[in-house]
Amino acid sequence: MTPLAVDVNGLVKRYGTNIAADGLSFTARRGEVTALLGPNGAGKTTTVEICEGYRRADGGTVRVLGLDPRDQALRARVGVMLQSGGVPTGARAGEYLRLVAGFYADPVDPALLLERLGLTGVARTAYRRMSGGQQQRLALAAAVVGRPELVFLDEPTAGLDPQARLATWELVEELKAAGVAVILTTHHMEEAERLADQVVIVDRGVVIADGRPPELTGAERQLRFRARPGLGLDELLSALPPATMAKESPAGHYVIEGDLVPELLASVTAWCASHGVMTEDLRIERRTLEDVFLELTGRELRS
Amino acid sequence: MNTVFTPSPGAAPLPRMIGAQTAYEVRNLLRNGEQLLLTLIIPVALLVLFASAPLLDVGPGRRVDFLAPGVLALAVLSTAFTGQAIGTGFERRYGVLKRLGATPLPRTGLIAAKSLTVLLVELLQTVVVGAVALALGWSPHGDPAVAVLLVLVGTAAFSGFGLLMAGTLRAEATLAAANLVYLLLLVLGGVVFPLTKFSGGLRSVLELLPISALADGLRQVLQHGAGLPVRDLVVLLVWAVLGLALAARFFRWE
Repeated sequence: MTPLAVDVNGLVKRYGTNIAADGLSFTARRGEVTALLGPNGAGKTTTVEICEGYRRADGGTVRVLGLDPRDQALRARVGVMLQSGGVPTGARAGEYLRLVAGFYADPVDPALLLERLGLTGVARTAYRRMSGGQQQRLALAAAVVGRPELVFLDEPTAGLDPQARLATWELVEELKAAGVAVILTTHHMEEAERLADQVVIVDRGVVIADGRPPELTGAERQLRFRARPGLGLDELLSALPPATMAKESPAGHYVIEGDLVPELLASVTAWCASHGVMTEDLRIERRTLEDVFLELTGRELRS
Repeated sequence: MNTVFTPSPGAAPLPRMIGAQTAYEVRNLLRNGEQLLLTLIIPVALLVLFASAPLLDVGPGRRVDFLAPGVLALAVLSTAFTGQAIGTGFERRYGVLKRLGATPLPRTGLIAAKSLTVLLVELLQTVVVGAVALALGWSPHGDPAVAVLLVLVGTAAFSGFGLLMAGTLRAEATLAAANLVYLLLLVLGGVVFPLTKFSGGLRSVLELLPISALADGLRQVLQHGAGLPVRDLVVLLVWAVLGLALAARFFRWE
């Protein structure tokens, strides 16, 4: 059996008194996209940088493609896209990608990759003169040009416009179809929902939830609608079955949770009608990954 | 599904990686205006200016025979120390060194590529400075192999301190400090102003600077046709060992 792409078990990493990873465990398989989600400072980048061989773990075990992450043999097998890019500011896009391709035995044709990511027009443009989105895509191209078995993408679509984001998503889907293991960190819940086979939610250095997106969002559905703010929810609830819950968050956005049978929908709309409340965007849907994320990590801002 | 991304991992042979990195670095240096100013324009301008105008007393003999070895030493300083410190400092700051660490190019390969780049640029500088000096009537003496030896040891010394600075200070601090050191060594290191102009005590200290040792050593050989300038070579060797050891110990890649 081929080893797991990434196998992190009980990872501990401290910076002085600050604990970045506190017994963190997850696995990632080949041919799958694994998304690491978590608030800023949760320990995502630390974890990824230990898997990339940049830092040493203080405790626990980490295996990447079955090897110690600091094994030099992994450098040819693993592609890396850093948040900071790491492209020399004066380098031209085409020149830089050809340079990186030159480090590998059987690289993807750099011209083809530039074309795929819409960078052909800036092939002769210096990195510092490219837009933020173009810079991101060049860093992505450099991560995959060596035909790796595993790629780490740290916030690959942060700050991208919708077209560039779509091009990035399509490339990630193609990597996955080709059997590459993709580890993605992101703040973009829609991105995780669309791309990830496996979602790992990290907070305060530990994994607080881990599973396929439908497992995390669950089968539970919600009734959502918008209406004028400040409806009397206690009065509404008294007209509904006892186990039903209702909340308004943010103002004017209402969520009803409970046994969503047709009668419940009728009771809610009847109550609204009797109070002269016009609802908008009334719908019944599953919880989104964002709901799950906010539920698990809290809504308050972190300092 | 078979696509262009079907995994096919593997590193290129080490010499090919080093070759690719060296070619890239040389191209970028030659395209960089500030670097060219530092490595070619300033040395050539100093050579032409001081060789043609009697602005200072450089002792007996033709002015260009005194100036050409000093300007060659300055050229080595500008590439191996100033240019390398600034370039590498900003590469560290922008995560370029970190990102290269994730490629199959090993750190030793990167250092080899940087050293090769420095030597190739120095070769270009020698050709240009030498051609201008010859046009100004320069007649070099001595054994070229000894001059090459001095340049190689001087390059090692300047590279060690350039990398030490790049790998420990903030990039902006490196930029300022590397330029300041360049200017100070230009004035105090016997490049165009003979050290004989300074008083005895100060002079014996200045003679221990690596730039003074390189300029004086090259002058002994190329101007006076001397054999191996042992004292200058020893001074350079001490600086080289010190600089490289400190860089190896304290350099931070990110």
